[in-house]
Amino acid sequence: MVAHIELDLAHSYHANPQQDADYALLPLKMTFKAGGAYALLGPSGCGKTTMLNIISGLVQPSHGHLTFNGEDVTSLTPQQRNIAQVFQFPVIYDTMTVGENLAFPLRNRQMPREQIRQRVGQIAEMLELNGQLNQRAAGLSADAKQKISLGRGLVRPDVAAILFDEPLTVIDPHLKWQLRRKLKQVHQELKHTLIYVTHDQVEALTFAQEVVVMTRGRAVQVGSAEALFERPAHTFVGHFIGSPGMNFLPAVCTAQSLHIGASQLALPPELAQQLAGTTSLKLGVRPEYITVHAQPVAGSLPAKVLRWQDLGISGLLTTQCEAATVRVRLAGAVASQWQVGQTVHVQVIGSHSCFYENEELIV
Amino acid sequence: MTLKLEKISQTVGGQMHIYPLDLALAPNAVTVFLGATQAGKTSLMRLMAGLDTPTAGQVWVDGKDVTGMGVRDRNVAMVYQQFINYPSMNVFDNIASPMRLRGDKDIATKVKVLAARLRIDPFLDRLPAALSGGQQQRVALARALAKQAPLMFLDEPLVNLDYKLREELREDLTQLFEAGSGTVVYATTEPTEALLLGGYTAVMKEGRVLQYGPTLEVFRRPQSLDVARAFSDPPINVLQARAMAGSWQLDDHSALALTQINSDAGHVQIGLRASALRTDMRTGDVALKATVQLAEISGTDTFVHLSCGSMELVMQKTGVHFFEIGAALQVYLNERDAYVFNDEGKLMRLPLDMAGAN
Repeated sequence: MVAHIELDLAHSYHANPQQDADYALLPLKMTFKAGGAYALLGPSGCGKTTMLNIISGLVQPSHGHLTFNGEDVTSLTPQQRNIAQVFQFPVIYDTMTVGENLAFPLRNRQMPREQIRQRVGQIAEMLELNGQLNQRAAGLSADAKQKISLGRGLVRPDVAAILFDEPLTVIDPHLKWQLRRKLKQVHQELKHTLIYVTHDQVEALTFAQEVVVMTRGRAVQVGSAEALFERPAHTFVGHFIGSPGMNFLPAVCTAQSLHIGASQLALPPELAQQLAGTTSLKLGVRPEYITVHAQPVAGSLPAKVLRWQDLGISGLLTTQCEAATVRVRLAGAVASQWQVGQTVHVQVIGSHSCFYENEELIV
Repeated sequence: MTLKLEKISQTVGGQMHIYPLDLALAPNAVTVFLGATQAGKTSLMRLMAGLDTPTAGQVWVDGKDVTGMGVRDRNVAMVYQQFINYPSMNVFDNIASPMRLRGDKDIATKVKVLAARLRIDPFLDRLPAALSGGQQQRVALARALAKQAPLMFLDEPLVNLDYKLREELREDLTQLFEAGSGTVVYATTEPTEALLLGGYTAVMKEGRVLQYGPTLEVFRRPQSLDVARAFSDPPINVLQARAMAGSWQLDDHSALALTQINSDAGHVQIGLRASALRTDMRTGDVALKATVQLAEISGTDTFVHLSCGSMELVMQKTGVHFFEIGAALQVYLNERDAYVFNDEGKLMRLPLDMAGAN
């Protein structure tokens, strides 16, 4: 049965965790809806693999519990939880044919022969492996072997969830998009609960309906690709998603205005009210949403041009704005009209501006 | 410093690794070797550095023939894909080692300045193994810079790092290269990296340098389809076009005009970068009825893979966009944005706004 998964737990590899840093996963509550496609995204050491291993049952959480469809599975093994897993590197039997490899998880569970044949055929067709069913796995490329591993993960119809741990690491970059497409199609067809660990933003944003962004043992945002890009809930998300990431400017809000370094910007009263009382405020704005002007405009700050990089189909302007480096992405293959050392005015207040108090989004 | 290769070639076990070529590096600038794995980037670097001896031809440094002179007798610094440091020395001693060999004075200050520039100053007393991958590669870079060699080789130095670390370190490198006065050779498989580094680019394929020039010039004016392919990420769209009754017909039977191209050519190949495909129509556009295969989202951009009859296309759109797999989508292209190549892949025409202008 497809699992609705609830976590209410924490995990430490230390016997007596004393401080936040002792936790691989800080206390969290999280829901993975039945049939949803999720990605756990973050840099190495962020806790994403720990979370995956806790869901699969490879690791027992040190605190709290997790449920599958309301049933507490905290002390159950991966087999008892009925989880299928796909790892970074192909896990297949070289001496078997492609078809035998795909059938193996089903034979293990004594599925009737005819049913196995049908299911293997279905999965092979989905992954475009049907031409190779009778071929021995030994001679195949790393790509083809990993496709078989994916097939073995997907072949059991009755699993609670399928977990993927960076499954496209060994795939040639030019072929990755085709497997990403396969995975998305497979999800649409099979409607399993899929949880996918990766440190690659393209992988996560492309695959998942909901991306869980993690850093230092915390899930700082769960959201769609659009939400992570437009409204990062935490400065880490703003920084991590997008290339380059969001610009951040430390700011102080007074009655009517925003002070950034020596500059002062008038604020609409409503916004000033929302920001009143903040003590550790940052303005966040993405490089795509900043406009550059020769003269001051509403919501702009003076900035000194440090560098202009023409990237052929877009350009990247790097400026020094008060104490911060502010990057601006200019669309189109237009040569820059801005000179290094020149003072320009970067419009940082607009409909896409975000405000952070203690690194969390408030407006 | 100047480095010139004259009729250099290399054969290993009867196999041609580098075909005879001439190349003069732009002095005191960055030259990017851009090409897929096995293109010959590392082989050519090793010949330049004196790690390998060419089968034929000469290497000239500052007007002096250094062919056959080993790397130890040449003043060069190297950084590799793998993070190579002295494992038993702490970070300070790693960075200081080339300075000590040279008998420098005031090493402590110099190490601290260099470490601060590469943002590893808090770790000077740690061993490399206690550092993250990104920090280890920064130590290797600091040591290479400490050598103060007039010639520095970096062989895909960021390839083993996560993309965010790659982004940070690439920016630091860009700054260092801007500030420095040495000649730098930097190998990469990524077109975007070449564009971010600027300078000059040599596009390589199967042991040959296909084109060499200022990076943007090579990007904008590829002289062959091979160069355009190597220098496009996402891949450049290649459409086959046949001359038909005064216009050119694509594989899906849609027709377009190709200014400046004589129909005597019969058959040509059209190169369209992913950003030249659009969902908004402009004057003079040709419409293609396509089917969405997948929308890949990077955050900054969305790459939409499309099929259109037998043609496979990629469209690049800024920002986050959703497209259902299998959905029908009308996309537009304009011949003004097209590169035209002949059957052999040689450039016949640039996009119209690029002809003449710089």
